[in-house]
Amino acid sequence: MTESFGSVGDLRSALDAGQTSSRGLIEHALERAGAVGERLSVFVDLQNDQALAAADAADARRAAGETHSPLDGIPLVIKDNIVQQGERASCASRILEGYVSPFDSTVVAKLRAAGAVVIGRANMDEFAMGSSTENSAYGPTLNPWDLERSPGGSSGGSAAAVAADIVPLALGSDTGGSIRQPAAFCGVVGMKPTYGRVSRYGLVAFASSLDQIGPIGRSAADCAVLLDAISGHDPQDSTSLPEPALTTASTLTGDISGLTIGLPREYFEAEGADPAVLETVRTAASALEAGGAKLVEVDLPHARYAVAAYYLIATAEASSNLARFDGVRYGRRAEGVANLKELYERTRSEGFGDEVKRRILLGTYVLSAGYYEAYYRKAQKIRTLLRRDFDAAFAGCDVLLTPTTPETAFRLGEKTEDPLTMYLSDIYTVSANLAGLPGVSLPCGLAEGLPVGLQVLGRPMEDATVLRVADAYQRLADHHLARPGDLA
Amino acid sequence: MSAHPDYEVVIGLEVHVQLRTRSKLFSTAGVSYGDEPNQHTTPVCLALPGALPVLNAHAVELAIRAGAATNCTIHPTSIFARKNYFYPDLPKGYQISQFEHPLCTDGWLEIETDGLKSDGSKTGGTKRIQLTRIHMEEDAGKSLHDGRADQSRIDLNRAGVPLVEIVSEPDLRSAEEAGFYLRKLHAILRTVGVSDADMEKGQFRCDANVSLRKHGATELGTRREIKNVNSFRFVEAAIEAEIVYQADLLDSGGEVRQATVGYDAENDRLFLMRLKENADDYRYFPDPDLIPLVISQERIDAIRAALPELPDVRRHRFEEAHGLAAADAAKLVGAGSLADFFEAAVAAGAEPKAAAKWLTRDVVAWLNEQERESGDSALETQGFALAPAGFASLLGLVDAGRLTAKSARDLLPDLLAQGGDPESLMQERGLEAVSDSGALEAMADDVLAAQPKAIESFREGDQKAVNFLMGQVMKQSQGKADPAQVRKILIAKLEAL
Repeated sequence: MTESFGSVGDLRSALDAGQTSSRGLIEHALERAGAVGERLSVFVDLQNDQALAAADAADARRAAGETHSPLDGIPLVIKDNIVQQGERASCASRILEGYVSPFDSTVVAKLRAAGAVVIGRANMDEFAMGSSTENSAYGPTLNPWDLERSPGGSSGGSAAAVAADIVPLALGSDTGGSIRQPAAFCGVVGMKPTYGRVSRYGLVAFASSLDQIGPIGRSAADCAVLLDAISGHDPQDSTSLPEPALTTASTLTGDISGLTIGLPREYFEAEGADPAVLETVRTAASALEAGGAKLVEVDLPHARYAVAAYYLIATAEASSNLARFDGVRYGRRAEGVANLKELYERTRSEGFGDEVKRRILLGTYVLSAGYYEAYYRKAQKIRTLLRRDFDAAFAGCDVLLTPTTPETAFRLGEKTEDPLTMYLSDIYTVSANLAGLPGVSLPCGLAEGLPVGLQVLGRPMEDATVLRVADAYQRLADHHLARPGDLA
Repeated sequence: MSAHPDYEVVIGLEVHVQLRTRSKLFSTAGVSYGDEPNQHTTPVCLALPGALPVLNAHAVELAIRAGAATNCTIHPTSIFARKNYFYPDLPKGYQISQFEHPLCTDGWLEIETDGLKSDGSKTGGTKRIQLTRIHMEEDAGKSLHDGRADQSRIDLNRAGVPLVEIVSEPDLRSAEEAGFYLRKLHAILRTVGVSDADMEKGQFRCDANVSLRKHGATELGTRREIKNVNSFRFVEAAIEAEIVYQADLLDSGGEVRQATVGYDAENDRLFLMRLKENADDYRYFPDPDLIPLVISQERIDAIRAALPELPDVRRHRFEEAHGLAAADAAKLVGAGSLADFFEAAVAAGAEPKAAAKWLTRDVVAWLNEQERESGDSALETQGFALAPAGFASLLGLVDAGRLTAKSARDLLPDLLAQGGDPESLMQERGLEAVSDSGALEAMADDVLAAQPKAIESFREGDQKAVNFLMGQVMKQSQGKADPAQVRKILIAKLEAL
């Protein structure tokens, strides 16, 4: 079956009209997950039985006229670092082998209440550390547009699941671009909300001050529906914003007249950026200008320090966040150890992959006495300067428009031997995490047959604005309707 | 006591105090002592993947109260930091504490160095001890090594229990001063309701940093840290032992090496836990799961204003308003809720000085007895069956001469344990004092008639004979006679013979 899902709105209409049932949607999704998903290594695990039961419950509610929300009965996948009660959560790591969470993450609890149906857990880079989904204990996910290429990462499984039409929606997490970069590589829409918009309770922490859960979908409008459902203050997350749930879906008017769009000079002059990608993004900017927006150039003078600051802060936090995986209470424990030190050393040596170990070592170093000032503290100062850059830029424009990535999807294995090159592929995305801004990536055309991602960044709290701009673009151009070739 | 007059002793104390909250510092799990292992745990306590800490607001209130009661600067913004180290009873691999920006700094408290020595001597005046800081942190769990030799078990009931760590400047100069400081701190924290500070339950634990230097030296000597001592007496004894150890070492030309030591109370002996050649590296950094703790000046002011009367103020008031001796006032204020009982008894009509004497002597003795029997510590009056008014009426009977002090002392334990009306109990037991002089004279006559030998001795100038005769009369009265009155009657009769 190659028939693709329509928009979430279309699915809902079809459900309401009785043209399909939630069970029909879920069976279709599971069938495609088993075929295409298997081929692309999209999933860590499917939840067939639970999903079908949830679908039947949704159909029963619909029959009784008690439908919970626009997402009731709609299938989606979640990244394997978001926990669900009674289900495994592995973060694509051997160290969490066999671990079953006894509690729901806040986003999953909200989705359950909304009636959305999780069909499976998507592959990812181990503990969300990576930009290619190659750092997974379960092997790499393949890009639906070119099976020789990476879907990006770390939410590669989530983005590929949407791109391959297995599900209309997915949840990812974004610490330095882990939603937006795979969305760009896979030709779908992915959004990182303002820091604190979506509760992190139940998201296995990589770098707490940067992590955000966000939606991935075909369109900005679909992402808006999912974001609205998962956003809102959560007393269980101290960094959660004291704001009610968003209602962005109803504000996507397509109107961008009078809107000022800033093009950061530094981003378009970045070394190593693919000219074809930059050209495609400029064309998209012109389309928005034609649609009524005004284009201005802006400066982000400290942009070139962002990747360095990001990898210092993210690894420092990760080194501490991952200390709990020690083999004492849950997950993998090395066998036949002689003493405590050996328990720690062998459990962690055997349980973590190379990239995770590399980052734990880096982060431990960064926080060590004698290096803290030079690295961690300095990185925090750069973070402050970056925030000021954005404040200054947003004084003269409403949103920023940038490429999401310097190039289109790279080949599997191309960067695995060179971590630094891999890290540099995050140059356009990490700043939004360091500054806590909302950012969305959406497809804006193809370069040599591969999707190009357009990134829209907004002021903190202006999640609705970036979605409105992304939606307006999708009303002006139909690049989001482009599909990879037949995968069956 | 210290036999090393060549050296000045320098002591700084770090006290960990458990805050009196129902739930843990960053989780909704209950705080409880002595339950089955791992009964009070949530995903946060267990450091399950995805769990996040949420600060307990009541713990913050209590920590501010601790700072306000010890004259600290309370900072409107403080920051929780992670102290990273691996240990099986530390589930997250880090302890949430405060490091660069603690909640409270620069406090002080005063210790009385007069009238409090156990031998009754005075050492003169008060001394101000500076507090460096008070910061909030979570407790670790417990490792249990009581099972098989090749395994340890972990109990996380205590993991995440809220603490404040109270750090003093190295202002203390003797084990005795350290003891005064700890008792004062303990009384203050209990008075303001910050902690139950039950030392046997580990709610008030002390680490002592001790170093010696030549008199007049300005640089501190190398210190050793005595870890985790949980009684006032043991802290004093451990410090004494440490002083002797360091002084002997220095006298013999040795050098103190920085180390952590433990104290074996049973054998009054210190043992080396580990040498600290290099500073530990805990890789502290601000906890990104928590936002800075911001407290408005209004809230700080309100907490300060709502503090109950502090022990020092109360002690002075007892001395001035009730004319109590300094030692009695200090004992009342320093001992659990005795001061409250005292005030209630005075309000019910008890004569203050007598009430203080009876409470600090007889009632404390009874409480200590209870403590020995039940193993339950802390001088608490909540367990009294006797109301303060009952206590006042008991003293009233003594004052009116209707009950001898001895009889009152006999009645007291039963009254404290079972309650009841002192007067009825006195009558029921037939203990009312014989103050009827006719009856006493008759008893004296009987005794004199039966003891011609004693009369002989008296005539020969033996004063002890009076005591013997008195004892006989008291015996006949079954202890109900007032000894002074008996003496008077006997002497009058003997002289008239």
